[in-house]
Parts: sequence; structure tokens; C-alpha cells
Amino acid sequence: MLKTRVMPCMLFNGLHLIKTIQFDQIRNLGNPVQMARVYNSRNVDELIFIDMKATEEDRPPAYEIIKDIIAECFMPLTVGGGIHSIEVIHRLLKIGADKVCINSEAINNPAFVTAAAKKFGSQCIVISIDVKQVRKDHYVFKSRGRENTNITVIEWVKQVEKLGAGEIFLTSIDKDGTMDGYDLDLIKKVSSAVSVPVIACGGAGKVQDIIDAVKLGGADAISLASIFHYGGHTPNSIKQRMYNAGIPVRFIDKNQI
Amino acid sequence: MTTSFKKVVIIDYQMGNVASVIKAFEKLGAKIKLSRNKNDIEKAEYLVLPGVGAFGDGMKNLKQFGIIDVLSRQVKKGVPFLGICLGMQLLAERGYEFGECKGLGWIKGKVIKLKSPTVPHIGWNDVRVTKNKKILSNLPDNNFYFIHSYFLKPNNKSIIAATCKHGHEFTAAIEQGNIWGTQFHPEKSQSSGLKVLDNFLNYHA
Repeated sequence: MLKTRVMPCMLFNGLHLIKTIQFDQIRNLGNPVQMARVYNSRNVDELIFIDMKATEEDRPPAYEIIKDIIAECFMPLTVGGGIHSIEVIHRLLKIGADKVCINSEAINNPAFVTAAAKKFGSQCIVISIDVKQVRKDHYVFKSRGRENTNITVIEWVKQVEKLGAGEIFLTSIDKDGTMDGYDLDLIKKVSSAVSVPVIACGGAGKVQDIIDAVKLGGADAISLASIFHYGGHTPNSIKQRMYNAGIPVRFIDKNQI
Repeated sequence: MTTSFKKVVIIDYQMGNVASVIKAFEKLGAKIKLSRNKNDIEKAEYLVLPGVGAFGDGMKNLKQFGIIDVLSRQVKKGVPFLGICLGMQLLAERGYEFGECKGLGWIKGKVIKLKSPTVPHIGWNDVRVTKNKKILSNLPDNNFYFIHSYFLKPNNKSIIAATCKHGHEFTAAIEQGNIWGTQFHPEKSQSSGLKVLDNFLNYHA
């Protein structure tokens, strides 16, 4: 049976790892390579690394740091931030990334999603979507949550699926870093609108939140950050509780490399 | 480990994901060359065709680099060959990703889309070993990392070494003489994956 993935999200600002609350209130979390080493030694299924400043600062992904992270990882890695061309994707895959995560370029140039999917296969094209609730509906925001595109999330996920997206990385800006639970309504809406896997991000503060996102929301994978740093949990303790709640998870084997 | 200094050529046909494959083989002590040079391929003791991407692009690149003939000759000579993910799918006669496309045809069969509520199939899943083949011998556990939307359906079921289930059962690994293939990514599957690569390097043992 396919396991529900537990995926730490590493947010990078060009210098170090950070965490945010509602995309604001930035706090420094230290060195990304060290963090990758820790996650590799724990029971994580995948890692996501997002360079949140690359697009804003108009620079390429931090290839050297990504290479160092990959050297620490014997698990799949998704890399996001600053991905605006086929050449950048090719270079990231060549140094060992497994998937790339595209956000603003998909909004600005939807044909890029199709070109990337045709070239590299849909399975390695993750579309990252930042969502905020406005009145009663959920809208897609760009530029790190500063600008409402006025596209509803449902409209957008259906479109990116058609364009060739292989996975949706769904972040609730309202819930980001708050640790008061996922936006279950959002996850549920999105996961029932598309057939590609949905990675839920933003809001996990206790293990029950994660269980709810999977069981009630229908998330295929869970992205976590704050709960590891401030919640006193490890990937293993979280997985054990998920397993007890009837969610299939992968446990580490004893011969771990 | 008895795999030191075996000359493994990983085919560089610009279809991604090679760094992890190199890293995994190096961990097993193999001597790796990433190449699409005909001389290198001719001298290889082991050949690996990795791959992330679409079927059509994969075939197009193999053709463009002019290495299909030399690969076929090597495989006919009995050089152990491992196709990973797209690299296994390309062994089939035909693929249907973004339209029909001819494959290498070393394995009779076709590559078709998974029929499951959630596609692509991404993540860790357990495989069911169906045949007692070398490729999956002595596994520490049956969990492997998958990331794909298509799968290989061979005409001859007896070459299937393991299946996996996502919506329905599909081919997870094949072994047809010296031609081996995995739909999952051994290089991303931690100790179980390394065991598969180690089994491959011990093909002649």
C-alpha cells in the first residue's frame, strides 16, 4: 500500500534556513546542510527545499548548497525557488534533485508547465500554490503572498493538472507557521478536484492536525516544519501516531544507510 | 561486499537523476563512468540506463546520441544491463506517453498509463516478490520509492520479479536473463535499494 509521506520543508532565504508565520515574522533556523543531515538520519520520506528569495532577488537556485544537501540525502529531494527555465530544471535534476517545485513561473507563463512536463515527465513537476482565504473562497497568491491573482484555487489546480503538473504543493498562507491546524476545507477541496497527489503545508501544530489533514482532508503527503522545531516531535514519533490512527506510513529499517 | 572496482557505465542520455545513481553505486564500491561514448559502452562490465522523463524524449535522445546499436550489441553479448524507471520502460516495444512511440524492444510488451485515482504514483510502496529472481534476493525489506505515471506490461509474465499495487497491480521489477529493470528507484530507496544494486553488481557471482 502506498504510504502517506512525511516531508520536512526547508525554507531557505539565500543565507540560511528560516521559518515564517503567515509568510512574515522571519526566524533563522540555521544551516541547511546540517539540517538535511539530521533529517536524513531520521525517518523522513522526502525533503523539500525551497529558496524563497531566488525569484524575488532574480538569481538562480543556490546550486552549491543544493549539491551539499543532496550529498547528505539518501532520500528524494524536491527543489523549489528560482525555476524559470528548462535549463535550470535540467541542471537541478542533473545534480541529483528528484523533483522541482514551480510557483510564480507557472502563474506568469502556464505553457512552461507543459514544456517542463513534456521534457522531464509530469512526475517531477510539482506546482507550488500559495493560497489565502478571501471572504468565502480560496485564492491563489503570488510574490510570496503579496499579490492576489484573483484566480480561485480550484480553477488553478484543475488548470495546472491539465498543463501537466505531477503533484500539488499546497500552502495555506493563513495557516503558515501558526501551528493551529491545517486549513482542512482547502485541502479537501483541492484533493477532491484533482487526481495528482496533494502535499499539504501550513498549520501543523499537533499530531492530530496531521491525522486530520490525511483522514479528513485527503492529503497524500504532509509537509512539516514548525512542529519539528517548536512542537517537540520527531518524524518517527509523528509516524507512530499516524500509524496508530490507521494511516499507512513507512518506518525506518534497521539497516539504515 | 564483493563488488569492488567493477566497471559500471551509467548511460548519460540527458534524462536526469544521474547524480543519485552514481552516488549509490559508489557507495557499493563500484567504479563509475557516466558516459555516452561508444568505446566506454563497449568496455563496460555493467550498463545502467537511469532516467526521469518522458518516453518519447528518452528514445529521441538515445537515437540522437547514436548509441542504440552499441547498447543492443552489448546486451546480446550478455553484459548485465539495469534499466531504472524510464530506463526500464524504454526496454519495451512501445510506449504511450504523449502519443505512441517505439521503444528499444528488448522486452516484448508495452508501456501504458496507470489506472488509479491518484496518478502519478509517488512515494514509498511495498512490492510483492512474485518470482525467485536474483534481482530481489535477500532484501532487508520490501519498501521502495516510486515516482511514475506509466508502467511496463510485458507479454511474458514470467520475467516479472515483483509487482506493486496502486489502483491495480503493475510490474515493479523484471529480470530477463542479463536484462534487469526496476520501476522504483533503488538509488532513492535506502538500504533495500542498495541491496538491489548490489545484487546487480553480483550478477556473475
